[in-house]
Amino acid sequence: MIPVCRLEDLPAGESVRLDTTPPVAVFNADGALYAVDDTCSHQDASLSEGWLEGCLVECPLHAASFDLRTGEPTCLPARRPVRTHRVSVVDGTIHVHLADPTATPVPASAPLTAAASLSAPAALAASGPGRGSLTGEGSAA
Amino acid sequence: MNTVTVVGASLAGLYAARELRAQGFDGRLVLVGAEPHLPYDRPPLSKAFLTDTDRAASTPTVTDSAGASATGTGASPDREHSPATRTSPTTGTAPGTGIHAPYESAPESQLALTDPELALTDPEEITDLAAEWLLGVHATGLDQHGRAVLLDDGRTVVTDGVVIATGASARRLPGPQPAGVHTLRTLADARALRADLTRGPRRVVVIGGGFIGAETASSCVALGHDVTVVEAAPLPLIPQLGPDMAMFCADLHRQGGARLLTGTGVAGLHRMAPAYPSGDAYSSGDAAQPGGTDPSGATDRPGATALGSSRTRSSRTESRGPANPGHVTAVELSDGRILPADVVVVGIGATPNTGWLSGTSLAVGDGVLCDAGCVASLPQVVAVGDVARVGGVRAEHWTSATEQPRVAVRNLLAAQTVETVTALPYFWSDQYGSRIQFAGHRPADATVRITEGSPDDGGFLALYEHAGRVAAALAVNCPRPFMRTRRELRAQRTATV
Ligand SMILES: Cc1cc2nc3c(=O)[nH]c(=O)nc-3n(C[C@H](O)[C@H](O)[C@H](O)COP(=O)(O)OP(=O)(O)OC[C@H]3O[C@@H](n4cnc5c(N)ncnc54)[C@H](O)[C@@H]3O)c2cc1C
Ligand code: FES
Repeated sequence: MIPVCRLEDLPAGESVRLDTTPPVAVFNADGALYAVDDTCSHQDASLSEGWLEGCLVECPLHAASFDLRTGEPTCLPARRPVRTHRVSVVDGTIHVHLADPTATPVPASAPLTAAASLSAPAALAASGPGRGSLTGEGSAA
Repeated sequence: MNTVTVVGASLAGLYAARELRAQGFDGRLVLVGAEPHLPYDRPPLSKAFLTDTDRAASTPTVTDSAGASATGTGASPDREHSPATRTSPTTGTAPGTGIHAPYESAPESQLALTDPELALTDPEEITDLAAEWLLGVHATGLDQHGRAVLLDDGRTVVTDGVVIATGASARRLPGPQPAGVHTLRTLADARALRADLTRGPRRVVVIGGGFIGAETASSCVALGHDVTVVEAAPLPLIPQLGPDMAMFCADLHRQGGARLLTGTGVAGLHRMAPAYPSGDAYSSGDAAQPGGTDPSGATDRPGATALGSSRTRSSRTESRGPANPGHVTAVELSDGRILPADVVVVGIGATPNTGWLSGTSLAVGDGVLCDAGCVASLPQVVAVGDVARVGGVRAEHWTSATEQPRVAVRNLLAAQTVETVTALPYFWSDQYGSRIQFAGHRPADATVRITEGSPDDGGFLALYEHAGRVAAALAVNCPRPFMRTRRELRAQRTATV
């Protein structure tokens, strides 16, 4: 489980990139939180820098669009999904559980409790460096 | 419409095939492609493909001729190429469609297996498209009414509609091409260049500072080579970006570690001819280089590699060995300077592949002339991608090649222009760690205003303004603000079209 940032630091419409290997992008899509692999499945672009509309993110390089709920591309040129990761909010802090098979949108208004973070211990072992540093567009700009 | 033939099986051709099926065309779909490969993506060829040395080691050769052997040479000798004649055991039939899908059992997917980063399609999609792929086959002509495509193996595809997607070819220097001299357009080009670049440190001269030249130079620097870029204009990329932003890009070369020489053309190439006129080449390692086998080598003559004013005063060897133009040793500039070179990359633009249409009644002039809906001068013939001059403009951008086919196919199936291409031009380029993105039409007298970041920090958004409006935008490492501006430009364009 990787802490990302305080919930209030990721307002609706914003995204943040975790410097994990591979990097992960976390989105606040109108109040629902999602995390997917940051690198577009097409070529080399960062989805955290993409255009967020509803629960779709458009890649900044060639405009492939991904459904954040499933990671599936909704149009070309991407043909493969990006991995989704589960997100939880524990005591007001957003956490990502790496490599979950499906992302669970978390309504920002109703943060989950610690219980949610217990469901994916196996995935955590493979999560690499524990702390994701914040290099989202907020800090990059 | 029973049969549609797509000539050119690359980016625009593949998108056209997809659109045909997506828009309900369920007839016979034939794709003719001169290269032996299934469609692959070119932009990585000057970028990651060159620098990814792991991949270089793992894919020395690929059986790229697989496509050709399954189709071009395995095909029936019949003059008329029709489904009935194509019962070769190497081809399969897509269940229920009656249309041959030669790639079902697909040794041809080897490209996808060995270079997944480049493959534009996969076996599943190939099956779904239910098309006949004639790869390694050149179209050589179109009959008077555009109802038959002639092939270089003597066959003819009788067709009701034609999509021309033959793209463009890299412009070359005149004369024979000595070993060590490369252009970069195809996978074969990129493999040959990469092979030359993996033989230890080289002195690389890139002729032409356009996008492909700049990207190649950047990749060569990343590989540790000594790189000089030669640009005839006072600055590279002025026509594309205007002087201010061209200046910024020129600095990228210098900051990135390449030398940039501007305002000087190339007079010619110096080369060392083989020590012996034939057989025993200059060095056995170089004997297999494409330059050495270039058919134009047969016309080798003194000064043949010189450009314009024939100032090459090369070596002892120019009159020797007509079949082998030897190996490049230096580039001579028009101001007399001589740049020693082991590898030369010629990036001086591309010319549309319309040669196969000469002698036909189709209107051609720096591209296939089309209306704004990609419809050419013969009925039921459309053109897309780098070869198409659409409404007076010929773009050489990846995105145009992917956006035009939807409109072109719609008009082809409607048998008239019912929609025009309104997409906003867009391209990107990656060089020296900077991602450059550009959208819109840049008026020559536009003024440039930086609205985010700053060139000194290496990340910024620049707006090209003209008559009180934003006409185009350029971003360097500034994707989010660029996307916003691109959307605004698109909306503005839709509102005014
Ligand atoms: C090295 C490189 C880097 C690039 N980088 C970028 C970039 O960063 N950004 C960007 O926007 N664009 C870039 N481009 C441009 C982009 O790749 C092209 O715009 C795109 O490939 C055009 O697609 P196309 O299908 O129209 O033509 P092409 O890709 O040229 O394909 C045409 C195909 O038709 C075949 N053909 C030709 N004649 C015949 C014939 N008579 N019969 C049968 N087949 C024929 C050719 O062999 C070829 O396979 C780059 C191009 C290159 C070469
Ligand atoms: S890199 Fe994302 S669509 Fe191409």
